Amino acid sequence: MDCDEAIVRIYQYLDGELTVWRRRAIARHLDECPPCAHGFDFEIELRQVVASKCRDEVPPELKRRIAQAIGITVEEERRGPEVV
Amino acid sequence: MADQAEFAELAMPYMSALYSAALRMTRNPADAEDLVQETYLRAYRGFGGFREGTNLKAWLYKILTNTFINTYRAKKRRPDEVDLDDTEDFYLYRRLGGLEAANADRTPEAEVLDAIPDEMVKDALEALPEQFRMAVLLADVEGFSYKEIAEIMDVPIGTVMSRLHRGRRQLQKALWEFAGERGLHPAADPAGG
Repeated sequence: MDCDEAIVRIYQYLDGELTVWRRRAIARHLDECPPCAHGFDFEIELRQVVASKCRDEVPPELKRRIAQAIGITVEEERRGPEVV
Repeated sequence: MADQAEFAELAMPYMSALYSAALRMTRNPADAEDLVQETYLRAYRGFGGFREGTNLKAWLYKILTNTFINTYRAKKRRPDEVDLDDTEDFYLYRRLGGLEAANADRTPEAEVLDAIPDEMVKDALEALPEQFRMAVLLADVEGFSYKEIAEIMDVPIGTVMSRLHRGRRQLQKALWEFAGERGLHPAADPAGG
């Protein structure tokens, strides 16, 4: 396998969507080709960064609204001695 | 009602992930809140038909996606069926000076990535055309498999793969461009000069 063949399947490889046989062929290429190995590692890092930086906190008001709409009580939302 | 308690226990933990996804889809906090609320209401109503042993997370994302498409596409009549040019391989890596990279465990490129502000990553993802944005979001942020994404988006697996391929490359391009606009390109770092 050469660089082009490895790179064309980079996402299937990183997504775990290749057959064992093709997976091994790419892994062998990466063992022998540091430039490709670095590029693949970078793509893995980038994905982790994207996933970790795309998180947002749910507004407490939304949690309450949904719980109320479904008719459940969200225990951890109860705080203080507020009497309704 | 036993179903109610079960639904709350199983589905509520996904709210944070669903809300983040809704924000990326709608690009607007008020719409995202409405979308998540509507998703939970629909899921709750349909919970009787949810089969135990199937993937609850994927089921919730399918409802989220359908609700988004039905509600927001209805406003626009037609989806933006656009295509993206295929960007070169390792777009961002090459621009960050890769290939002559150090042999250290943590490469300098990885540190540059860590330093990217959260908002910039969100903006770059939100800049992708809808169908690419959804595919990248479902795969890279939520970790769904091709098969699950195909089911959630109701498209063939080959379409998922091509949207991911183009979407991910376009995301790199957007990140690089946004970084440039903010003076964050490594070579243009004012602290370095």
